[in-house]
Amino acid sequence: MLSGNLLWVLSGTMLLGIAAGITGTFSFLQKQSLVGDAAAHAALPGIALAFLITGQKELPFLMLGAGITSALSVYCIQWIVSFSKMKADAAIGLVLTVFFGVGVVFLTVVNRSPLGNQSGLNNFIFGKAATMTKADLMWLFISATIIILVSLFLYKEWKLLIFDPVYAKGIGLPIEALKATLTILIVMTIVTGIQAVGVILMSALLIIPAASAKLWTKKLSTMLILSAAIGGIAGITGTFISAIRTGLSTGPIIVLVAAAIFFISYFISPAGQISKYRRKIQFRKQGDVG
Amino acid sequence: MIEFWVVFTGLLVGVTCGIAGVFLILRRMSMIADAISHTVLFGIVMAYIITQSLNGFWMLVGAAFAGILTAYLVQLLHSSGIQEDAAIGVVFTSLFAAGVLLITLFAGNVHLDVEHVLMGEIAFVPWDKWTLLGLAMPKAVWMLLLVLVINITFLLLFFKEMKLATFDPVYAASIGIPVVFLHYGFMTSISFTTVAAFDSVGAILVVAMLIGPAATSYLISKTIKQMFVYSMLFGAAASVIGYYLAKLWDTSIAGMMATTVGFLFIITLISQKIIERRRKALVHKLEMP
Repeated sequence: MLSGNLLWVLSGTMLLGIAAGITGTFSFLQKQSLVGDAAAHAALPGIALAFLITGQKELPFLMLGAGITSALSVYCIQWIVSFSKMKADAAIGLVLTVFFGVGVVFLTVVNRSPLGNQSGLNNFIFGKAATMTKADLMWLFISATIIILVSLFLYKEWKLLIFDPVYAKGIGLPIEALKATLTILIVMTIVTGIQAVGVILMSALLIIPAASAKLWTKKLSTMLILSAAIGGIAGITGTFISAIRTGLSTGPIIVLVAAAIFFISYFISPAGQISKYRRKIQFRKQGDVG
Repeated sequence: MIEFWVVFTGLLVGVTCGIAGVFLILRRMSMIADAISHTVLFGIVMAYIITQSLNGFWMLVGAAFAGILTAYLVQLLHSSGIQEDAAIGVVFTSLFAAGVLLITLFAGNVHLDVEHVLMGEIAFVPWDKWTLLGLAMPKAVWMLLLVLVINITFLLLFFKEMKLATFDPVYAASIGIPVVFLHYGFMTSISFTTVAAFDSVGAILVVAMLIGPAATSYLISKTIKQMFVYSMLFGAAASVIGYYLAKLWDTSIAGMMATTVGFLFIITLISQKIIERRRKALVHKLEMP
């Protein structure tokens, strides 16, 4: 059952989940979760364009293309928000759908070309971890490790940036550079994950673990560890389930596992509904006595 | 005649979404519409699994149900202390994932494939006709007309109330306007719009049509009525231009329509900036003696 390749894929998606859990926490705290969603959708035109230009399905090229268009979409959102009276939500929605539309246009062109039919680029929409080769996994390992290491290295600076940007600026931290690094790492996480999870559901891996972890703790360090753990568990369980039955995309199952963890946390965590309900009843009792 | 129906469908999508999008932008709910467009898939699949048919009516019911469920869940999570963007992200991704999973498990070999739902295929619209009152029109056109009528009726009935609930919700609630009812009613009409358009432009690109034209008209209009007019025009223009560009380059029609939406927005934004700058320069010149 546990063939050598599956073991590799499992550890790959686990590492991906951990990386996404960490960068997702930072983007969650900056209230940038949906920007991640837009950036993930915007990877599609990059992939298709890279394929059209190079004519081959070498992962480094595709990842580079995806990274460029994702970063461009984030930049576009910031540009629209600062240069027009448009609100952030409209800017995100607009950029997301337009980039995705451009991606679909390019993808149609790719599918029409003689090479395109076998290119398997359509797998990028929902992800197919099982089809990943050793070389693909190598890239995943490398970039996930880089993401995790850089996040740990910049932990203190980002913490300050998120919770007290004015003070951070006061003590001379390069705010803009730090923000840019965070954006780059988030884009990197997305690009790393799209092959396994797909462009549409990649954002879930950034948002759900962080949102679940937030229900359990108020401390950043604990939240990061929890979020990474939840991401890792979702990655490994989801891949395992999808490997058992053929024909299932990996992405949706990973997301559903993460969502299950979220909704369980929503009810049983300290900040969750059940303990809230208990507290309410307790208050009511105290009220009766007094 | 075939081309006419395709362009006409596109035009209807543009106008219907253009109308529905205005309050979406003003109420800052663009991302909820994005969420609904994803979760509509879940509703459609549930409707298929329960009724075992691809009947348009049940699809509409399923989609409306999914839309309201999405709006309700987001509201629920948000009111229990989870920040709104994360609440939207959690709800739509999990419902969408559930929809995709259900399709692969139960409806893999039917017409309901995921890519069709996401990207639509407007080119096939003319082949699927319904005859009603002696008129043979494509199914998609009937659905879009129905939704257009529903949307316009909703607006005509509640225009004043919607306006007040959008710009001053506290005052609106205090004078007894049913703010919550309006919110969910509006969300229902957005879900209807999404499902009617999904057959032709796909569930995801319908968001481009919902947000894009309204956002573009938001840049240049000064009153809500102006915004409605411009939004409809931009929507119609985007779909017609998009169709012919797609035909020219032989590519995805829905994708090209969304791309055109983006282009119209950028052109409007830049030309507005240029006009503004000129006006400023002119004022500056006049002030300098």
